[in-house]
Amino acid sequence: MSAIARLSRTNGRAGMPSAESGIQGRGPVGKAFGYAAMVLVLLIIAVPLFWIVVTSFKRQENIYVRPAEYLPIPFHPENYSEVTSRIPFSAYFRNSVIITFFTASIKIVLGVLSAYALSLLRFPGRNLLFVVILAALMVPNQITVISNFALVAQLGWRNTFQGIIIPLCGTAFGTFLMRNQFLSLPHEIIEAARMDGAGPLKLLWRVVMPLSWPTLVAFSLITVVNEWNEYLWPFLMSDDARTAPLQVGLTFLQNNDGVTNWGPVMAGTVLTILPVLLLFLVLQRQMIKGLTSGAVKS
Amino acid sequence: MATVLFDEATRHYPKTPTPAVDKVTLEIPDGEFLVLVGPSGCGKSTTLRMLAGLEPIDGGRILIDGHDQAGVRPRDRDIAMVFQSYALYPNMSAFENMAFALRNAKVAKPEVEQRVREAAKILELEDLLTKKPGQMSGGQRQRVAMGRAIVRQPKVFCMDEPLSNLDAKLRVSTRSQIAQLQRRLGVTTVYVTHDQVEAMTMGHRVAVLKDGRLQQVDTPANLYDRPVNTFVASFIGSPAITMTRSAVREGEVTVHGLPVALDRATLSTASGDVVVGFRPEAWEVVGAGRPGIDVRVELVESLGSEAFVHGEPERVVDDATVALGSERITFKVIGKTDLDVGDTVRVAPIAQHAHVFDAESGARLS
Repeated sequence: MSAIARLSRTNGRAGMPSAESGIQGRGPVGKAFGYAAMVLVLLIIAVPLFWIVVTSFKRQENIYVRPAEYLPIPFHPENYSEVTSRIPFSAYFRNSVIITFFTASIKIVLGVLSAYALSLLRFPGRNLLFVVILAALMVPNQITVISNFALVAQLGWRNTFQGIIIPLCGTAFGTFLMRNQFLSLPHEIIEAARMDGAGPLKLLWRVVMPLSWPTLVAFSLITVVNEWNEYLWPFLMSDDARTAPLQVGLTFLQNNDGVTNWGPVMAGTVLTILPVLLLFLVLQRQMIKGLTSGAVKS
Repeated sequence: MATVLFDEATRHYPKTPTPAVDKVTLEIPDGEFLVLVGPSGCGKSTTLRMLAGLEPIDGGRILIDGHDQAGVRPRDRDIAMVFQSYALYPNMSAFENMAFALRNAKVAKPEVEQRVREAAKILELEDLLTKKPGQMSGGQRQRVAMGRAIVRQPKVFCMDEPLSNLDAKLRVSTRSQIAQLQRRLGVTTVYVTHDQVEAMTMGHRVAVLKDGRLQQVDTPANLYDRPVNTFVASFIGSPAITMTRSAVREGEVTVHGLPVALDRATLSTASGDVVVGFRPEAWEVVGAGRPGIDVRVELVESLGSEAFVHGEPERVVDDATVALGSERITFKVIGKTDLDVGDTVRVAPIAQHAHVFDAESGARLS
């Protein structure tokens, strides 16, 4: 869950040079205000994260104490081994990877293809269709969850991967984001490719996509993080380690005994954050590389 | 190799009162270099894009080699286009940029290689083939864009202001390179520009457009010597022609108060007032004793071998003479001039070089 917070924080860091130059351009009051806002945002994100990490190394009796202890003394890394022994951690992890991989892949493909159709192919009712898709984006999924549940349960898909994955695959955000990206591409390049005899798929694959790389990476990253952190739907769909992802597994861990032992739960949380964090660090380079190569183009 | 025919081709954008391209009829023979020229917004780019299939046709027809192009997709027209922004694929090397169309057309690999190398040799791009557009200068990108058109060996080249993003010096050299290349390849070419120097130096023929309407299609020399109306006369030629409106009295017109005798046959066709135009070289500096117009010099553009002098006539404009646009007179002096801003000089137009137009319609009378 806090991986999203991580994402936005690191995003902020990537954009810092420009933010800084923006601050420097203002007067001393504006400057102070700008820095204060930055510190505030940093605290909002960093304090809970810090607390999660610290708690994951604390013994149970050091967690509920007054005054609060800000450092894990005595150091207690056994929480981490406890996570893997108390719940089938590797099974949950595998499920998370499967669900995230398929849902994110389908969403990215659907997002790109629908955006391409809605921006670069001409057909009647194109704009109306786009509005309808946007309208779908406005419906919160809490509203559709009950009818989805009824339908999927009827199909006998509870505790199956398709039951979790398929209802999550609809995307309006990706369509919206990629469509705007495609529309922002220079018209002449698209026209040149059309005159050079590129068919629709070749145009997409060889010309449109390479030019849209940074946006695509950002979209993919957001999608992967979202799917990794998906909680409500998998929680409703799966009861055990056959299909439940890590997020749901953490809930099982929390509810295992009468009193929640927060040390292992926080350790599990840290382990859940790590894969997305690593992915982000890898892809962030790509994103920045894409951005600079785009800046030099004619 | 192909002929192109615009047959009353019209493009009317929705929600605009007048067509962007209005019944343009234009025949371009095989191998011709035709330049479309006009002020911005005159419809020249739209005309070109209609030929390329990037813009629909709302009326009339466009034929390539006698075949109506209605409903034919851009990729099926066998036309190569060079865009103003070059529109190179930034993710591909120069080689891949040029090979893209051939690969799409499923041309065999060795032939792709050979055609790209050949084009690269012609355009001196051999050292750049592995570079991407981002690593090239403007002139190099322009040449890659040309190369991308050449390798296709198309029926028609369409060029949309391909030189306007280059600096002045490079523009002059590239101008002649493109013209030479076109003569060598012999491919029918339609070239759009707003720069009349490009129009005059590159094309076999030049088509002048204004407000979507074709004004005149002719050789550069004829456009200059016999413009069909006041618009063409003022648009073609740099510095611009000096034009004056005048009444006609007994075979004479009045230019800034100076009576000028013109061909009676020409003047007899005038229904009312006429507009008389003299190009910069149609003036001569005369001595103080001879009839002429006293001009106070406002600007001297000395080019070394010649100079253009811009000035305002000092004599008060009488009733019969109303200056068109500006009151200025522009004349050419061969060699160096010792005229300076603020000097007064007496000039007189050479009557046989006059361009005479009907004042109402603007059409040529002579």
